[in-house]
Amino acid sequence: MTKKYFEKIKPYIWLASFAIFSIGSFWFGFDPGKTIYQSFTKSFIEMVTFIPFLFVIVGLFDVWFPKEKIEKHIGKDSGIKGILTVIVLAMLQAGPLYGAFPVVYILYKKGASVKNIFIYLGAFSTLKIPMLGIEIGYLGLKFTLARTLVALPLFIAAGYFMEWYLKDKNFKIKEV
Amino acid sequence: MNNALIFISLLVFTSLVSFVLDRQKTILGFKKGFKMFKNIVIPFLNILILVSLLLFIIPPEMIVQYLGAGSGAIGFAISAVIGSITLIPGFISYPIASGLLKQGASYSTVAVFMTTLMMVGVVTLPLEIKYFGKKVAILRNLLNFIVAIIIGILIGIIL
Repeated sequence: MTKKYFEKIKPYIWLASFAIFSIGSFWFGFDPGKTIYQSFTKSFIEMVTFIPFLFVIVGLFDVWFPKEKIEKHIGKDSGIKGILTVIVLAMLQAGPLYGAFPVVYILYKKGASVKNIFIYLGAFSTLKIPMLGIEIGYLGLKFTLARTLVALPLFIAAGYFMEWYLKDKNFKIKEV
Repeated sequence: MNNALIFISLLVFTSLVSFVLDRQKTILGFKKGFKMFKNIVIPFLNILILVSLLLFIIPPEMIVQYLGAGSGAIGFAISAVIGSITLIPGFISYPIASGLLKQGASYSTVAVFMTTLMMVGVVTLPLEIKYFGKKVAILRNLLNFIVAIIIGILIGIIL
């Protein structure tokens, strides 16, 4: 019972201690505490001016472009269309890179080419839409656009390289 | 403020289009979005607290010294190595990156940090080996490390 209760309030412990710390800092005139609080408020405002809107946009995207629909179009001889499809599919995902490996295994099972698998991983790590939104918010549109346009040809090239390198090496993706 | 303007107009535009096309789907999308935001908001606030603390503890002069415009190849190398080894989720790393830029770090240093963070995973290598095998997993990370370095250098030239 108490353990369950603790699990429930755990995420709020940091927040509560910080609130107490900040109130205390202002009460007793503790300058470092004040500075930290001001820096927090700044980043809080920075966050709240775009993150909520971004997530609603992502939610709409998720409803209109379900991932399952796209997965069907990644054949072995899919050419440029296949590359585009894996990139779009990767863009719709979320989460850290290690979350992409199980997806890659499924793509492999469905007959995706080696090239497309590594292009998928490249796009997954650099072009996910929710992350691009956050990146634009924090680092600016110019930075995001430059990074994206530079990264895109490079990880497509990496995909071609992997396919060429693994051509006669009997490459398999195992299920974990 | 600039951000709010961009994202609100984007949201208004997409919702209008979506609403005209399918009212039901739009409501479902809104609900999904709110739910995702609700799931992330507390961890996010905790991270902002942590970043504020770190930015206070680590003096700006030190960041500028090691990662700033004058740090050159060493700052670049430090960010590439830290980015490759650590595993920081994107929504944490962006506030950090933005903090770095404000403290005087160069665009190319931030770009190489962000890119290695996303594309190279030393910590997750054992997991990756299970899927791809040792040779391919190491090769992929090595290749992506090189790609990240090229991205960092090119960003430095462009911006």
